[in-house]
Amino acid sequence: MSEFAVTQPVSSTAPSASAGGAVLPTTPAKKRRRRKFSVLTRRDRLTLVFMVGVPAFIHIFLIWVPTVASIILSFTKWNGVGGIEKIQWIGLRNYEVLKDIYQPFWPAVQHNFIWLGTFLFIATPLGMLIAVILDRNLRGSRIYQSVLYMPVVLSLAIVGFIWQLIYAPGSGFINNFLDVVTGSTKWTTPGTAIDWLGNHDLNLWAVLVAASWRHVGYIMVLYLAGLKSVDNTLREAAAIDGANARQTFFRVIFPVLAPINVVILVVTVIESLRAFDIVYVINKGLNGLELLSVLITTNLLGEASLIGFGSSIAVVLLLISIGPIIFYLYRTMREQPE
Amino acid sequence: MTANATPVARAAAPVASPEKKKQSRHLGTHFFLTVICITWLFPLVWAVYTAFRPYSETGANPRGYFSVGGAYNFDNFLKAWKDAELFQHFLDTLIVAIPAIILILFFASMIAFAVSRYSFRFNIALLMLFTAGNLLPQQVVITPLYRMYLALPMVSPISDNGMWYDQFFGLIMIHLAFQLGFCTFVLSNYFKQVPREINEAAVVDGASVWRTYWSVLLPLARPALAALATLEFTWIYNDFFWGILLLTKGWKFPVTSALNNLSGQFFTDYNLLAAGSLIVALPTLIVYLVLQKQFVAGLTLGSTKG
Repeated sequence: MSEFAVTQPVSSTAPSASAGGAVLPTTPAKKRRRRKFSVLTRRDRLTLVFMVGVPAFIHIFLIWVPTVASIILSFTKWNGVGGIEKIQWIGLRNYEVLKDIYQPFWPAVQHNFIWLGTFLFIATPLGMLIAVILDRNLRGSRIYQSVLYMPVVLSLAIVGFIWQLIYAPGSGFINNFLDVVTGSTKWTTPGTAIDWLGNHDLNLWAVLVAASWRHVGYIMVLYLAGLKSVDNTLREAAAIDGANARQTFFRVIFPVLAPINVVILVVTVIESLRAFDIVYVINKGLNGLELLSVLITTNLLGEASLIGFGSSIAVVLLLISIGPIIFYLYRTMREQPE
Repeated sequence: MTANATPVARAAAPVASPEKKKQSRHLGTHFFLTVICITWLFPLVWAVYTAFRPYSETGANPRGYFSVGGAYNFDNFLKAWKDAELFQHFLDTLIVAIPAIILILFFASMIAFAVSRYSFRFNIALLMLFTAGNLLPQQVVITPLYRMYLALPMVSPISDNGMWYDQFFGLIMIHLAFQLGFCTFVLSNYFKQVPREINEAAVVDGASVWRTYWSVLLPLARPALAALATLEFTWIYNDFFWGILLLTKGWKFPVTSALNNLSGQFFTDYNLLAAGSLIVALPTLIVYLVLQKQFVAGLTLGSTKG
């Protein structure tokens, strides 16, 4: 699953008049009370245990057990042959190899951070900017939205293919266009053609353009939904106080939207760490397109099947993602009415 | 389906008259947006254009790809459909996606109902666990999961090799596990807004917990379920990673994962590659264009207040 979304609890004090009002019959939050178990029959209690227990078991068994196993396996050596008893404890050896010997590791870390930086400082702000513009009830706003959001419904694997048609050295749009414009054939001739996806100094940036193509629309829709939920009286009050559009946004709207800003930030970070499909379809994540996610997969599926070693890369990925996850949980659970 | 949670609806609503006067001043903005939209559409338009042209017209000089004229036809689409056995792969996608979506919504609504209507000591802990699980990069779990799938047994009609690995069942289970977090959160927020009096009325009428859930609360959640189903379909359809990691037999690959082989088959023929990619992209584009409201609602239900 290349797709990803973040959830956020509805705050008990949220006015239901805005976006939420259309969804549901609402009730004043203060009326809410907690039902005690004591009124339940024995059968009801069993039903509840089943209702919570079964999904929780599946989730824990297939997500958290492997996560913990990744951490444990990262201190071991195992090639998967000959059962669990063949697992050897080797302490921090895997991490030492990762740090000093395994060549693709540092490039992958660097590429993941370049990815994150590009999303964080270019794609995400662009999506937010477009959302702010579209929020002003322009004519045709729906059409603009539909167009910009379209790439988001495509998988990153398809995005990879579609952009290969743009970047391919001999058959791609860019080089063919350059040929026609300059009246030569050197742009598509092997040897003189620029190989946008093959050149390891260029390909990460080329891929980032393609990935941003999809990311901008995603952020736009999330942010637009946030903007629509802002009480209009805030804008009116700001206007009466003589604030211009920029001041209104930065001084009033942006701070009010703190919860959605957190969502946007976490979406951006996690999407950058999850990136996989697009580089995998382009060149299996080699030669300039190394990413941590790909290295884990290569070590798992490779002939040697270095399970302990692959797990140590997974732990690095886990350590990088755990910060934003905890930050997000902290921010959202604080608002949880309990 | 009456889901109208989309805040976007407001954008289309007629605006107050002072706004109209401003429209003329928005020329620069419209210009900016038009340029961006054209840029955004271009890769797709280019793929469509390339897909309709035979390789013989474009591959060879002097015409090249950046040109007009020559033949335009559906040959690439037909060939891609046949060569890549796309029918089989579409079928595989449905075999995985339909049970997965039903199970996800069923389990997520159960747990959401329980945590939002009754208080447990570990309510919040459970929600945190689910949310965190939803945010983890899949690659963190894949190595042990892969070994678990090889080791776990499964009975014969469900598994044809006695394992979870290389089975539609295994794929359904991992989608279920990963997607539960998102859907649970969205649905529990949804249920929390349903008046508690409805619960109480059901209890007074002697309804059991199960009946309150199944006959009272679940029908009320239909708009949210519709929105989530649309979203989940797209996500599962678009899954590439689980497919290529947890399956091995070529014919079993859901259509997005099958693309991985497509690149090998269509190595040099970019016209064919364009056609194949577009066929695979089409279902999600159609779902998006037809069910845009559900789609955006599902996404924003989870990310904003309401």
